[in-house]
Amino acid sequence: MIIYADNAATTKMSQTALDAMLPCFTEAYGNPSSPHHIGQEAAKLLIAARKTIADLIGAEPSEIIFTSGGSEADNQAIVTAAILGAKKGKKHIISTKIEHHAVLHTLKKLEKDGYEVTLLDVHENGIVRLEDLDAAIRPDTALVTIMYANNEIGTIQPIAEIGALCKEKGVFFHTDAVQAAGHLPVNVKEQNIDMLSLSAHKFHGPKGAGVLFVRRGIPITAIIEGGAQERGKRAGTENMPAIVGMAAAFKEACDNMSENMPKVQLLRDKLIDGLLKLDEVILNGDREKRLPGNVNVSVKGIEGESLLMMLDMQGICASSGSACTSGSLDPSHVLLAIGLIHEVAHGSLRISLSEYTTEEEVDYILEKLPPIVERLRNMSPVWKKMKEVK
Amino acid sequence: MLYSEKVMDHFSNPRNVGEIENADGVGEVGNAKCGDIMKIYLKIDDGVITDAKFNTFGCGAAIATSSMATEMIKGKTIDEALKLTNKAVAEALDGLPPVKMHCSVLAEEGVRTAMLDYYTKRGETMPEEYRPKCDGDCSECG
Repeated sequence: MIIYADNAATTKMSQTALDAMLPCFTEAYGNPSSPHHIGQEAAKLLIAARKTIADLIGAEPSEIIFTSGGSEADNQAIVTAAILGAKKGKKHIISTKIEHHAVLHTLKKLEKDGYEVTLLDVHENGIVRLEDLDAAIRPDTALVTIMYANNEIGTIQPIAEIGALCKEKGVFFHTDAVQAAGHLPVNVKEQNIDMLSLSAHKFHGPKGAGVLFVRRGIPITAIIEGGAQERGKRAGTENMPAIVGMAAAFKEACDNMSENMPKVQLLRDKLIDGLLKLDEVILNGDREKRLPGNVNVSVKGIEGESLLMMLDMQGICASSGSACTSGSLDPSHVLLAIGLIHEVAHGSLRISLSEYTTEEEVDYILEKLPPIVERLRNMSPVWKKMKEVK
Repeated sequence: MLYSEKVMDHFSNPRNVGEIENADGVGEVGNAKCGDIMKIYLKIDDGVITDAKFNTFGCGAAIATSSMATEMIKGKTIDEALKLTNKAVAEALDGLPPVKMHCSVLAEEGVRTAMLDYYTKRGETMPEEYRPKCDGDCSECG
């Protein structure tokens, strides 16, 4: 049995999205900037894709900028909002400790350029407190950037409340909605979102396409210079197949959200309940306010990468926040931010489900995991020490 | 990052897992902060390592290097075992990804720390050049 349970990393393409993409390679392969009829065929598809995505998030088509993905969208939103702020003497940015590196590393770069960054604590449950944000906003705050939902522990932030607070204080609000888009409702008007990033391959679309939504009136600038594509906000010939596939996948995900997500959530809860029955296994992140497909536990006494490798031998593809899977010596900054000690963070296991996951697959994971955990614990000096102390 | 078939073999069927009661030398290296802890047990009779076992908390490479290192020193004399290098362990596994070389250092240090315990228990001095150097700071290796 092969089980793909790493949907927070990337998802399998939907057949609908793939079908929508293929004509972009074979028939409407023109450059949408070309005035001839083959170019104009592509231009029509581009306009349609833009409208589809705008409608699904409560935006106007002119507020949609196509990018290469979530990282580029995050970079552009933050860097250009910082430039806008600096023009008014505002050089303070607020974010959280658990953002994606696309946000955190961009903020690090800005710090070197003289900006001041406040990273809010997310406490043990992985959720920002509004009073903390309220207290952090200053007269010179240029931007608040807080992710919609976390990629590792799945926690969902109070986006509408944050949006309302930022609006009241007159501060731009950007949200990295890469994990949320297609899985949770997004409405930029109702949620008072000024800028939003999303990525196609997290909702069964292709890799290499993303969106930056920017509310009309915010004079955002390009970070990739060149041609006049995307109203001058992002140069480069549009990645047409990926954009068209993204629109089709996003429509499919949003149209079926109210049906699919409760089903995914039931499987998630079954998996969490089953895992928590094991000795010394803890859930990371809030139990309720979490993505429908996200399961993240720490299996005490063992290390994540060896756990992943043994699961893989049983056909199960999952993920971990251990250092060994990150290529550095430190475990995930997200797990450390919610207060985990290093060795417990090293033993984290993320299983991320999608609407393609079946109950049989969840049962299979619950059947295969316990003997693997036992085997690794039997050779773990950390586990043996833990048991001696008790 | 890709593991060799030998690493996968020693990871999925690790040799010498366990503990030795009344071991002649025991050494624990690494720390939980970096995510790798290795504990090596040695049985030594007449200057020959007659048995070696390990317990390891760590990634696939940490388990595979523990398995290979204990395999390599079994049946060897103390002098031979002291000369075991991390490079030799990595080579015996048909190589390790660069980010995992520190796991082979841990294996070498584990064996040497167990040896140091053996020398200490006997009231003897371990040759200076083979003394373990690990100070628990993982960023020093690899």
